[in-house]
Amino acid sequence: MLFALGLLGVLVRRNLLVIYMSLELMLNAANLALVAFSRFNNNLDGQVFVFFIITVAAAEVAVGLALIVALYRKHQTAHVEDLTLMKD
Amino acid sequence: MTEFFFYFFAAAALICGLLVIANPFSQNPVTSAMFLVLTIASLAGLFVLLHAFFLAAVQVLVYAGAVMVLFLFVIMLLDLKAEERRKLKRLGLAGGVLVVGSILGIFFASLARSPLPAGEPSTLEGSTIELGKRLFTQYLLPFEVVSVLLLVAMVGVVLLSKKDLK
Repeated sequence: MLFALGLLGVLVRRNLLVIYMSLELMLNAANLALVAFSRFNNNLDGQVFVFFIITVAAAEVAVGLALIVALYRKHQTAHVEDLTLMKD
Repeated sequence: MTEFFFYFFAAAALICGLLVIANPFSQNPVTSAMFLVLTIASLAGLFVLLHAFFLAAVQVLVYAGAVMVLFLFVIMLLDLKAEERRKLKRLGLAGGVLVVGSILGIFFASLARSPLPAGEPSTLEGSTIELGKRLFTQYLLPFEVVSVLLLVAMVGVVLLSKKDLK
C-alpha cells in the first residue's frame, strides 16, 4: 500500500521535490517488506540488506537534491512541466 | 498490546503517506516533508515491533534526521511559494490512479492466492551485535563498497553545487 502511494505520487504530482519524497516512500515500503520477511523467515540477511538500502538512499537523495538545486538555478522552476528543453 | 501498536503504526504510516502526496489543505512542499517525517517515524515504530531495533534507530537518525533536514534546506533554498496555486491535470490524475489501481489489484490477487503458512513464532532478534557481526564478516566487501559510494556521492554533490556549473 505504501509503495502504491509512492508510485501514485510520482505519477500524479508535478513538483520535483514532492516526486522525490514519493520515491522515498517507495524505498521505505520495500524496506518494511524486507524487515517483515526477514523476521518471518528467521534470517538476518534481510536486515543487512535494509541497512545498505538506507545508505544508498541517503546518497541518492543528496545527489538528487543537488541536481534539483542546479536545475532551479538554471531555469528558476522545480516543475516538471516547465522543463521541456528537449521539445523546443 | 503488540497488535494494537501494529495497527496504530500501520494506519499512521498509511495516512501520513497519503497526506504526503495529496494534502487537501495545502500544496506546500513543507507540509509534505513534515508528513514524510511522521511516516518514517511510524515505520521506525513498526521496525521496533518486528524486533529490528538497530534498523529502527538508523531509520530515525538517517531518514528523519539527515535526509529530512536536507529536504527542508532545499525547500527553503528554492523558495517555492509560487508553486502553490498550480492545479493537477485531470488526465494525469486519471492515468495515475488507473495504473496504481491495477498494480494494487495484481498485488492483492497474488496475495490471496498464496496464503502464508502460520509458522512458529520467530526467535530472530535484530540486535546491534548480531547485525554488526554480519556486516563485518559476511558482508564486509559490500560494506566497504558502500563507503566508496558515499564518498563518490559527496564529491559529486560538491561538484554539482559549484557556482559556475558548465
